[in-house]
Amino acid sequence: MKQIVVLSGKGGTGKTTIAAALAHLASREMSIVLADADVDAANLELVLAPEVQESQDFVGGQVAVINPQTCIACGVCAEVCRFGAVVREENGYRVDRIPCEGCAACFYQCPANAISMENSVDGRWFQSRTRFGLLFHAHLIAARENSGKLVSLVKQRARLAALEDHSDLLIVDGPPGIGCPVIAAATGADLALLITEPTISGAHDLARILALTEHFRIQALVCINKADINPRRAKEVAHFCTERGVPLAGCLPYDMVVTEAMVHGVPVSEYTDGPVTQELIRIWQQVKDHVLVRSAETLSNGYIP
Amino acid sequence: MIITVASGKGGTGKTTVATSLALALQEHLAVQFLDCDVEDPNAHLYLRPTIQRREEVGVSLPVVDFALCDYCGRCAEVCAYHAIAVVGQKLLIFPELCHGCGSCILNCPQKAMHEEPRPVGIIEEGQAGPIAFAQGILNVGEPMATPVIRQLKKRLQECQPGVVSILDAPPGTACPVVESLRGADFALLVTEPTPFGLHDLRLAVEVARDTLGLPVGVVINRDGVGNTGVEDYCTAEGIPVLMRIPLDRRIAAPCSDGVPLVEAFPSYREHFQDLYNWIVRVQLG
Repeated sequence: MKQIVVLSGKGGTGKTTIAAALAHLASREMSIVLADADVDAANLELVLAPEVQESQDFVGGQVAVINPQTCIACGVCAEVCRFGAVVREENGYRVDRIPCEGCAACFYQCPANAISMENSVDGRWFQSRTRFGLLFHAHLIAARENSGKLVSLVKQRARLAALEDHSDLLIVDGPPGIGCPVIAAATGADLALLITEPTISGAHDLARILALTEHFRIQALVCINKADINPRRAKEVAHFCTERGVPLAGCLPYDMVVTEAMVHGVPVSEYTDGPVTQELIRIWQQVKDHVLVRSAETLSNGYIP
Repeated sequence: MIITVASGKGGTGKTTVATSLALALQEHLAVQFLDCDVEDPNAHLYLRPTIQRREEVGVSLPVVDFALCDYCGRCAEVCAYHAIAVVGQKLLIFPELCHGCGSCILNCPQKAMHEEPRPVGIIEEGQAGPIAFAQGILNVGEPMATPVIRQLKKRLQECQPGVVSILDAPPGTACPVVESLRGADFALLVTEPTPFGLHDLRLAVEVARDTLGLPVGVVINRDGVGNTGVEDYCTAEGIPVLMRIPLDRRIAAPCSDGVPLVEAFPSYREHFQDLYNWIVRVQLG
């Protein structure tokens, strides 16, 4: 089983649109499992119409709770808390659960044993059926901690299901940024498809996400979305890719049909056969060549790197 | 007045709105701009500030004095993040997992631990014309953005009359976004009129209005695509739509080259000033 992740550095570049199209195109040729690793704002379900089969609470960590009966208002908890989570009240202290990172420093230091650590249900994760394969996704409760941990959980469940069913491919739709949830989404991937736009910020974000995939030694391919919005910048991005030795998998044109497909709740490749879909098919070929065909060749040749 | 520009979803035009708002207000007010999207800060590409100061952001990392350590394992036991492991006569610290809470140091019976700062990013400060500019940049490979945002926010010129601070938040609804919104007077939520935009706008409202209790208003970007979902939602929730920016290639092209919206289309200056005046009126009752 191979694992690919769709990333972008920045949000809104078309990760989910492209991941959904790849899911559609890949599922015509092989068995796939999907994971939506954007647990903050999961969008893949909006175009895959998942039918939830199983769902469970996600306990991300713990939060400190002060028992007002035993609290002696000494203020030690507030002194040791580095996250500003202990709030002084009229006759004691209270923990604000939003900034609390569950480190338990206050729990260990409280001289009156007035603090307990309680499990924090920070979200839910789901296993769903879609017409392309199983989808694992999740919702982090807004403003809660541990999105990286939830991403890891979703991915682990997806991997286990893919291994169990002898699936060929796991497609992970990544979150934006380069921080903790992105690192969690990218680890273990055989290939990262990096989506960028021909804009001044797109180029900036591509360099950051590429530095991340290089840092974790993940092979990368680049796709320029809405390439015709600024052909000169698109050329610059292509040039940048050549310089960095990263293959360009394709350039998608800007086309309102992409939004139309989204409004209809289907992957764009299922909605139209137009130029966008033709290019997506070429991109899928490239992805396949890089992760599936090449590795099969090296195996059959008995090549050991 | 502190205004945080957020969106739930990325790529909706937060930076376009935040930078143009700052540029539109600079004529009449002292404006401070903080780019809190420390994973991928982009506002500098539009505001083109001169950076005058750089400062490293460090989180505290425990350091062990092995002459004192007796490998009792108490530090590993109290570490909620599994950032310390003690196996036999070996003690390992995993820096990326450490949140810098200091609990291991407080709990070490031998007083064998102290802290040293570990760099995770930098803060850059300077001027973009009259705008006081600062941004945080998270080091690539570092997971935790929040400490960089926290340090960046120390520069907030809070509550000074006649000063407006504009914060450009990262996408999403998790810790870095909460950190960018906390303490703001108003959350300006940028969205686009599509199902993705609506889905993520709901989440942004959940964080800004429902969790943090902030007043919110919406800017609809790329107006003209998609459907009326966002519109209907705002009406139903009583959330004011403060501005619409149409979907137009003539807007997309200069923006892609780093030209701020108000520079490409000066008429937007007035729209942004009106938007700000509306916020002030509502905020001050």
